[in-house]
Amino acid sequence: MSDGVRVFLSDSESVFRRLARRTFLTCVRGLVQAVVAVAGIPLFFVSVLTVISLSAGIGVVLAPKSLLAVRRLASQQRRWAQEWSGVTIVTPYRPRPVELTNGLIGRLQRCKWLLTDPATWRDLLWALANGPAGVVLGLLPVFMVFCGVWTLAVDGGALLYGPWSNAVPDFGPQVFFLSLLPLGVIMGPRLLKAHAQAASSLLAPTREEMAAQVGRLTESRSQAVDASAAELRRIERDLHDGAQARLVCLGLNIGFAEQVVRDDPELALSLLAEARASSGQALSELRALVRGIHPPVLAERGLDGAVRALALSLPLPVDLHIDLAGRASAPVESAVYFAVAEALANVVKHSGANRAWVQLEYGHGRLVAIVGDNGTGGAALRAGGGLRGVEQRLAAFDGVIAVTSPDGGPTLVTMELPCELSLART
Amino acid sequence: MRVVLGEDLTLLRDGLIRLLTAYDMEVVAATGNGPDLLRALVTQRPDVAVVDVRLPPGFTDEGLRAAIEARAQVPGLPVLVLSQHVEQLYAKELLSAGTGGLGYLLKDRVSDVRRFIEAVRTVASGGTAMDPEVVSQLLARHARDEPLGRLTPREREVLALMAEGRTNAGIATRLVVTEKAVSKHINNIFTKLNLYPAEDDNRRVLAVLTYLNA
Repeated sequence: MSDGVRVFLSDSESVFRRLARRTFLTCVRGLVQAVVAVAGIPLFFVSVLTVISLSAGIGVVLAPKSLLAVRRLASQQRRWAQEWSGVTIVTPYRPRPVELTNGLIGRLQRCKWLLTDPATWRDLLWALANGPAGVVLGLLPVFMVFCGVWTLAVDGGALLYGPWSNAVPDFGPQVFFLSLLPLGVIMGPRLLKAHAQAASSLLAPTREEMAAQVGRLTESRSQAVDASAAELRRIERDLHDGAQARLVCLGLNIGFAEQVVRDDPELALSLLAEARASSGQALSELRALVRGIHPPVLAERGLDGAVRALALSLPLPVDLHIDLAGRASAPVESAVYFAVAEALANVVKHSGANRAWVQLEYGHGRLVAIVGDNGTGGAALRAGGGLRGVEQRLAAFDGVIAVTSPDGGPTLVTMELPCELSLART
Repeated sequence: MRVVLGEDLTLLRDGLIRLLTAYDMEVVAATGNGPDLLRALVTQRPDVAVVDVRLPPGFTDEGLRAAIEARAQVPGLPVLVLSQHVEQLYAKELLSAGTGGLGYLLKDRVSDVRRFIEAVRTVASGGTAMDPEVVSQLLARHARDEPLGRLTPREREVLALMAEGRTNAGIATRLVVTEKAVSKHINNIFTKLNLYPAEDDNRRVLAVLTYLNA
């Protein structure tokens, strides 16, 4: 056998294997879709009942639970559409309100958040419509492949030798069922994709929701731009009045000393001493400025090390629980660092606490930072306050902040933002 | 005295070489990046190393890491670390990594030539030179704690100067008191902090720093 033939044979073998694998996967996925479609129907009716029971009061507890279950199912469908068929369905939900408690007010807020979101209703509609659609589109490829394979297994031999044997029975049905196999192999993934696209028509955000999202983004972007412009102005002013002025003074003193060094060495010496003091002050001002822009230890050690260094520099003990497997991008690290720094500065200035703790964790694509203390509480997101600034800064990264701080304490500041971690740079 | 220098800014490196040479030290190697520095420290085994924290190739803390690694490979290697900013975190790491002379100073301090040279010599002879800024941060952090809160203002002053690495004589000159008074203060400090008094100046300083950094 020549090499070419061998290559061709092994190639065709691998093509066959790939096809078989793909078809098998398609059948499994189709079955899963069908099961999910069936499960969606009772979920739909239960949800409708719990929403109706809102008028009886008990729905306040039940409705969010069932609606969130529908939401989880819909979210799973979005993930499958992406992973199995490459159909991207953007998540349309409104952001969860911060500070949801388990009290009555929290439950009412949760109901309002879910019931006023149009995506909730379209999810419900999807759960109903997906019943028949999912069963048909999911089972069709399974049915076609199964018929083909079954016919091949039972009547395969007869079909192969049939034309040459004397008895000529009617092969019509067998030929039809057999032809379903290639059809199932070819059409299976397309049917799954059609199902995903059909789901997309109800599960994707509508045009109005997209517009609202764009509005939110525009707002947070302009806040971020404003904040960075104000920051640049502050840096310019600090440089202009601080280090720059000192360097001018330095040059002046050295130049003067140069002039008088022969005639009046004493004066030259005192001018040089003054120049040295001036350079020292310029450096310490630059150091403070640099810390405010991007703390050097953050550049050197990342968020983990920088928060550790920050904790060491505070006048009260800070317990650290840091669990980050890698490094976030520099802008994210900087935003989170300054958010934690602001929260800790509040602890020192206002809380009267004698103990604080910081927790930094990453999971499910989100970086979570929690700063707590055992102080007297009463912290809030006040207009013009430091935490409001943190909120704006985090908003630029789609991040959120929540403050729980009852009178008498303790205070808990939770910050969360979506990001990716890269492997630790060393 | 043989010195290995790790500094990437050419201007500052040349300036330091000139300065150290003028004070009868021999710069046997001057490198501008972390890996070269570590190699030079391990092969040359200098009397003292003067090292910048931030070095190429990563421009993070390569210098610091090289210094810590070198002290692990060459026990007792005296290292003076320079930086544009001081971090207690780094001071802590340096103190807990190995024995021998140790210094950690802001780069600004090189402008006070006499004190800088003094610091290099102190470190080379196995002593300690901590930047006043590190020391004041450490003291501020523990100001409210017991038993540091029991120290008198004068004893705090003495403790701060001691942590910077000054000798009894140096402290006496600075505070314009007799050496005898200084050693009395120091004994009081050690009693109040429950630390064992040590004859050796440096062991004493290290005890204080380790105590503050705990």
